[in-house]
Amino acid sequence: MNYIEPHAHMVSRTTADYETIAQAGCVALCEPAFWAGYDRASVQGFYDYYRQLTEYEPARAKKFGIPHFTWLCINPKEAEDAVFAREVMSIIPDFLDKPNVLGIGEIGLNKNTKNELAIFEEHVEIALKYELPILIHTPHLEDKLKGTRLIVDALKNAGVDPATTIVDHVEEHTAGIVLDAGFWAGMTLYPESKCTPARAIDILETFGNERIWMNSACDWGISDPLAVIKCALEMRKRKHPQALIDKVILENPKEFLSQSPKFVIES
Amino acid sequence: MPTKKEILDLYFMDARYKLIDIAAFLDRVDRHDGDADFRHPAFLKAMEAMQSPAEGKSRAQSVLESLSDHSDEPVEAATIQFAFGAPTDSQ
Repeated sequence: MNYIEPHAHMVSRTTADYETIAQAGCVALCEPAFWAGYDRASVQGFYDYYRQLTEYEPARAKKFGIPHFTWLCINPKEAEDAVFAREVMSIIPDFLDKPNVLGIGEIGLNKNTKNELAIFEEHVEIALKYELPILIHTPHLEDKLKGTRLIVDALKNAGVDPATTIVDHVEEHTAGIVLDAGFWAGMTLYPESKCTPARAIDILETFGNERIWMNSACDWGISDPLAVIKCALEMRKRKHPQALIDKVILENPKEFLSQSPKFVIES
Repeated sequence: MPTKKEILDLYFMDARYKLIDIAAFLDRVDRHDGDADFRHPAFLKAMEAMQSPAEGKSRAQSVLESLSDHSDEPVEAATIQFAFGAPTDSQ
């Protein structure tokens, strides 16, 4: 099956993973900027990371025929130091013209603090200024419900067009909040802290298959770069027609991502 | 769409082993020394939410909401970067 992996952190994965997902049918991959597992110490560290996302990873993916796209930001876990976060954000415009940069992401909240929210809102201003789509990270576990509500309120206050914004990592208690507000929703197939394939399909069956995608968010943690295609196989077990499976794993992400003129793939 | 029986065929054994694992987890907490923290009562409360979901809400939604922070103002500052899985005021 052909599919798009709309959220994967390949800087943390091996080249063999690129080969595996290419063999599984991945026709495009998107990599939002994220937390490295530790706080970076300098703006230069982020400069190097953005070069990795815009130069090195596209070249590595290309060896396996996978177009690689990216989203740039300073992630919410490193946004608590607002002064530092603003210094990092000041270099983001230097990279926005790179051919694989689709938009601003994954911005959002982590512990739902005032500084995180301020930096989130300033990222949204950058996206609006440069007319870019937005990819949003919602907090983990007990912080997700509150964080999702704060994010949706902030987006409404900023006048963001919901059609250009995807709110990721939704679960059963937040999918309705996001979709009812008109935004796109992402379901993340990730052990322990997010959705299992069975639950993701439950969410599709409950909330419908419009404005929704699924991703692996594979990174340096225990995670599975094949999670999307495994969920597609689970959908077959649940008797979902192939056309619906293709819509969720290929057509929906293509529709959202194609709002960036840079997102061009052969499929 | 699968029938209820087909859903049971697909998922019963998986859910059965997870249910037993939860029971064994609770036994393990009971059996060991020391005091539990806020996560233990939060877990028990979430199990009640599963059995008696709020009107109009699914069991999964009720469990997730039971294990969520329900305050609505941003906090002053972060003291940790991770999440516990249950709100710290669950006790």
